Amino acid sequence: MSLKKAPYELPIGPIHPALKEPINFTFKMNGEVVEEVDFAPGRAHRGIEWMGMRRNPVQILHLCDRICGICGVAHALVFAQAVEQIAEVEVPDRAYYVRTIIAEFERIQSHILWAGVAAHELGFDTLFYLAWQIREESVDVIEYITGNRVNYAIMMIGGTRRDITPDMFPRLEQALQYYEGLLDKMVNLFLNDKTIAMRCKNTGILTKRRALELATVGPTARASGLAMDVRIDSPYAAYGDLDFDIVLPEIYSSETVGDVYDRIVVRIFEVKQSIDIIRQCMKQMPDGPVLAEEKYAKLLMNLKKASGEAFARVEAPRGEDMHFVRMNGKQEAPEMWKVKASTYSNQMAWIEILQGEQIADIPIIVASIDPCMSCTDRVAVVNQEGEAGILTKEYLHRLSVEKTRRMQG
Amino acid sequence: MSSLLVTIAGVILVTIFGIIAGLFLMGVDRICAARMQMRQGPPLIQPFIDIRKLLSKDSQVPANAIPSLFNAAPIVAFASAVTVLFYLPLGSILPVGTPLPMVGEYGDLILIMYLLTVPALAMVAGGFASGSPYASVGAQREMVTMIAYEFPLAIAIIAIAWRLAVAGLVMPFSVNTLAANPIWTVVGPIGIIGCILLLIVLAWVTPAELSRIPCDTPEAETELCGGLLVEYSGRNLALFSLSMAAKLVAMAGLAVLLFLPWNISPLIGISGIGAAGADLVFFLLKVIVVMFFSVTLVRVVMARFRINTVVSLYWGWLTTIGLIGMFLIILDGSMSLGGCLS
Repeated sequence: MSLKKAPYELPIGPIHPALKEPINFTFKMNGEVVEEVDFAPGRAHRGIEWMGMRRNPVQILHLCDRICGICGVAHALVFAQAVEQIAEVEVPDRAYYVRTIIAEFERIQSHILWAGVAAHELGFDTLFYLAWQIREESVDVIEYITGNRVNYAIMMIGGTRRDITPDMFPRLEQALQYYEGLLDKMVNLFLNDKTIAMRCKNTGILTKRRALELATVGPTARASGLAMDVRIDSPYAAYGDLDFDIVLPEIYSSETVGDVYDRIVVRIFEVKQSIDIIRQCMKQMPDGPVLAEEKYAKLLMNLKKASGEAFARVEAPRGEDMHFVRMNGKQEAPEMWKVKASTYSNQMAWIEILQGEQIADIPIIVASIDPCMSCTDRVAVVNQEGEAGILTKEYLHRLSVEKTRRMQG
Repeated sequence: MSSLLVTIAGVILVTIFGIIAGLFLMGVDRICAARMQMRQGPPLIQPFIDIRKLLSKDSQVPANAIPSLFNAAPIVAFASAVTVLFYLPLGSILPVGTPLPMVGEYGDLILIMYLLTVPALAMVAGGFASGSPYASVGAQREMVTMIAYEFPLAIAIIAIAWRLAVAGLVMPFSVNTLAANPIWTVVGPIGIIGCILLLIVLAWVTPAELSRIPCDTPEAETELCGGLLVEYSGRNLALFSLSMAAKLVAMAGLAVLLFLPWNISPLIGISGIGAAGADLVFFLLKVIVVMFFSVTLVRVVMARFRINTVVSLYWGWLTTIGLIGMFLIILDGSMSLGGCLS
C-alpha cells in the first residue's frame, strides 16, 4: 500500500458505526491527524416539508413529531407556536405549563441519551449501558404523561391534547428525585473519570469567537461560553414565569475552553436545571383548560381563514429550533413551511473543530454537537457527480438517449 | 516411532483444547462483562455459535486486496497462536513432546515471546493486504501497539528468568524450570515487591496483546469499524476469531506460568490421569481469574485510548514500572548472591 504518502483520504459514512444517522464525511488525513474535513449531509431527507404543505396544520403537528425521534416535542411546539401567532389563537396558561414540563422531560431524556452515545463513541460501553438505563425513567414518565415513548402527539394548536393533573405529580416527583439522586453519580462518572477527561479535555475546541461567527446554537454555543438560550432570550411557553439561568461550563470547570469536555458539562448540568424547572412548573401551574378550541372542525375552519406569516423559535435539547410558516387564508395547508433545526446551525462547526484532531477523536467530536441529520436534512443531492443540483427531466432524458446510443453502438 | 505418534496426538489434542478453552474463556468474558454492565449477556456457548455461523459463510475478498496475502494471514495467525500452546504447560501436563528433542527442549520463553508476535504480524499483513483505508490505519496502529507493549513484556520475562538463573537453575528460560520453581518461592521480600510490579506490567500487556479495550485501537469499532478485520468475513474471520481465542489462552497461560505455576494435585493427593485432569481444571480456573482481572475488568471500566496514549502508557509508565520491578529483583538477586558468597 502506498498509504505512507500523505495525505490520504479516509471516508467516514454515510453508514459507519460512529454515526447514528447517515452523513458522509471525507477526511484528508496525514497519518493519524486530520488535515481537511468535508461533509455532505442530505442522506436522511424524507420530504417532510413537501408532505406538510399538502396537509392541514393539525396533521402537520403529527408530522412534526416525526421529524426527529428525540426532539419531537420541540418541533411540534415550535410549529404550534408559529400557527398560533398567525391565527391569533389564545393559548390557556395551563397549557403553557404542560408544554414546558413535557419539553423539559424531553431535554432530560435527550441529554442522557447523548451522554450514553458519547460514552459509546469513546469506547466506554459500561457507561453507555448505564446512561441508557437511567434514561428509561424519563421515557417512562413521558409515556405516563403522553401515552407514547416517542412521537408523543401531545401538542395541539392552541394548547395540548392531554393535561397533567395534580394526581400525576407524585409520579413526576418520583422521577425527579430519581434523577436528583443519580446526578452526583453522573457528574462523578462522566466528569471525574480519568479516561474520559484524557480523551475529551482540549479535544475539538471551538473558541467563543468562532462559535459566534459560525452562529452555533444550544449546548454547543453555551459550551464555548456564549450565554444564549432561547428559553431566556425570548421566552415562550411558561419559561417567562420561571426562575433559571443559562448553563455555562463555568458551573463546573474554572475556565471555559469550548472543548468536548465542556459540552458534556453543559449537558449534564442542564439535566439538573430541567429538574428544577419542572419542579417550579408543578408548583406554579394555574388551573383551567389546556386547549383553546376543543372542536377540531371549528379549529380547522379558523385556521383555514387565517392568513399571514410567522417565525417561532424554541430551545430544543440540541439548540435553537426555528419554524417559518406562511398561510394565505384560502387553503387549509400552509403556503410555506420551513424547518430549521439546531444541527443546521451547528454542523459548520465540524469543519472547525475536527481540523488537526486524531482519527480516534473523530467519533466523539462529531457526536459532541449532538447532530441530528433527520432534523437537518431538508434537501437531497441526487446528482451523479455529487454536485449540488436537481436531476431535471431534460437531463435524465439526455442520459437515457446516451445509454440507448451506447447499447446500439 | 511411538513417541512421534504421541507427539502428533498431543499436538492435535492441544489444538482442540486450545480452541475449546479459548472460546469458553471468551464466553465467560462476555458474561462477566455483561453482568458488570447490568445486562444479561449471551449464553456461554455464544462464541461457539458465532464460529459455526462464520464457518458456514463465504469469505469475501475485496477487489483491491492482495488475495494470496489476504487469505494466508488468518491461517498464519491461527497456526502461530495455537503453536504457543504447545510450549506452555497446561496444568501438570508438560508441553507436548517434552521428552522429544524435536519440540519440547527447544521451546522456551524466548520462543513463546516471538510466537506471540506472529498472530499480530499476520493481522498487520492481512490488514495491509485488505486494501481498505480503515484496515490500513488499523494495521499501522497494530504495529505501533506491538512496538509499545513488547518492551515491557520482555522486561518482565527476562527479569524473572534472570532471577531463576541467579538462584542456580540451569535453564532459566525453560518452561519446565519455571513451572517447577515458582518465582515467589525463589525471591526474598524485595524480590516479591519487584514481582508484584512485574505482575502489574504483565496484566497490562495482556489487553494490548489481545486488542481489547482500552487498547483496542487497531480495531476500534466506532472509529475504524473493526480496523484490521474490517474486510474479513466468513472462514477467514472465523480463523482470526479462533486465533484470538487461542491467544487469550496463551497470554493468560503465560501469566499463570510466570506467576501462578502451582498445581492442585499434590495438595489433594491424587495421581495419574486424575491428577492431570484436576490440574487442567485448576489451570483453567487460574486462567479465568487472570483473564477476569486483566481483560474483563479493565475493558469494563475504561474508555478506549488514543494510539499516542497507548504508546506513552507502555513506553512511559509500564516500562518504568517494569524497570523498577527488574531493579528490585536484581537487588534481591545480588543480596542472595552476596549471602551465598559470604
